Amino acid sequence: MRYVEEFRDPMAARALLAAISRVTDDIGATADHPVRIMEICGGHTHAIFRYGLDRLTPPGLEFIHGPGCPVCVLPMSRVDECVELAERPEVVFTTFGDAMRVPGTKKSLMQAKAEGADIRMVYSPLDALELARRHPDREVVFFGLGFETTTPSTALSIRQAAREGLSNFSVFANHITVPPPIKALLDDPHMVLDGFVGPGHVSMVIGTRPYEFIARDYGKPIVVAGFEPLDLLQSVLMVLEMIRDGKAEVQNQYGRVVPQDGNPVSLAAIEDVYEPRPSFEWRGLGEIDASGLSIRERYRAFDAEAKFGIGYGAGPRHVEEPEGCACGLVMTGRIKPTACPQFGKGCTPEMPLGALMVSSEGACAAYWQYGGARAMEAAE
Amino acid sequence: MCLGIPGQIVAITDASRDMAMAEISGVRREVNVSCIAEGPLDGLVGAWALIHVGFAMARIDEEEAAATLEALRGLGEAQETLDAMEEGARALAEARP
Ligand code: SF4
Repeated sequence: MRYVEEFRDPMAARALLAAISRVTDDIGATADHPVRIMEICGGHTHAIFRYGLDRLTPPGLEFIHGPGCPVCVLPMSRVDECVELAERPEVVFTTFGDAMRVPGTKKSLMQAKAEGADIRMVYSPLDALELARRHPDREVVFFGLGFETTTPSTALSIRQAAREGLSNFSVFANHITVPPPIKALLDDPHMVLDGFVGPGHVSMVIGTRPYEFIARDYGKPIVVAGFEPLDLLQSVLMVLEMIRDGKAEVQNQYGRVVPQDGNPVSLAAIEDVYEPRPSFEWRGLGEIDASGLSIRERYRAFDAEAKFGIGYGAGPRHVEEPEGCACGLVMTGRIKPTACPQFGKGCTPEMPLGALMVSSEGACAAYWQYGGARAMEAAE
Repeated sequence: MCLGIPGQIVAITDASRDMAMAEISGVRREVNVSCIAEGPLDGLVGAWALIHVGFAMARIDEEEAAATLEALRGLGEAQETLDAMEEGARALAEARP
């Protein structure tokens, strides 16, 4: 168990792993009939691979990697629209760096930048606001991307722009929400999931109540988890114990950061600025009801869709996934990345075909990054 | 982008806009504190918070801050965030192409 030594508290890790093995046995799960737990957050996927948690835990426990990487679930059509916006001569297009390499049908934002579009990677929408103040003659568009963790930041930035009367700042809103895709996965008869490890930082904003339907309507347990490997192990154990005991509850392992009701200021800002779209397209999952947010009428002046006639505002646009790419199957946990015919061939981190290979939170990138080390270990 | 990074609030820079200076793993960066403000902003000086894309989202204690930072370092995410902050500063300085 070479990885355990890297844990902050190897003793505690060993004890948790032993308990996980025991409970997995109690459940009667085996490699052929594993208990399947989905981690929803891409940060958790990354941590599972980094610390080899999927191998330290017994074969009767299978981790299914959920759709929790916002870059990975971005459909190609949205990337195309970003490129179209960025290539307008008056626009300064600002984005989190994560989105730069996601392939569109013709090019990524990185390629568009190389061809001369004014695209700037920023750390925060606050940087985009500042650019708008400094360049009153340009249209600064911020690519609003991410789950509930980043939604408050663009909501508050839009409110700040409104207060200052900044007329050259807008947000291309592609924010998505965590609960609807979980519901979609639970409604999918092909998916068999026994429980969930819930996202920590998303829950810091929304609290734990939005997950109640998972326990109440679907009878599945969920534990909101922190990011330390020990947090994850403890959370997995809590899920397993509920499965063993036939209980379905929402439990909070990350109570030191996640309040039951979330963050009231963030939630109020989201509510003020955004409203749910009737539906939103997810890469690999298709259109999901009420899973995306658009900017409310009262902030229309800051809505890039309205300002430039693009995106959902201009009607649906669907683009087929590239040939031979299995992103959708990987995203829904139906196959492992290595089972994609393009993995490591047509699709590598240097030349990604799908977005799951781009972000460190994507399952394909995680397999790629840590798979090499594993192959070496296996050979040892 | 999805994981916050711990930072300590060291000064209030513009109370009218809820802006404060935070020290994040040795780097100073202005952040918005409206989501953690309760009462006068001066009370935040010295506090630790989880910072997401320039917004302080939850107050945490010093011990939690240290543990979270260690977890982020282990994942390489701490460096990624610091790089993104540097990139952001560069974006502001960049002249019109
Ligand atoms: S290897 Fe590439 S194409 Fe295949 S599922 Fe992963 S990201 Fe998609």
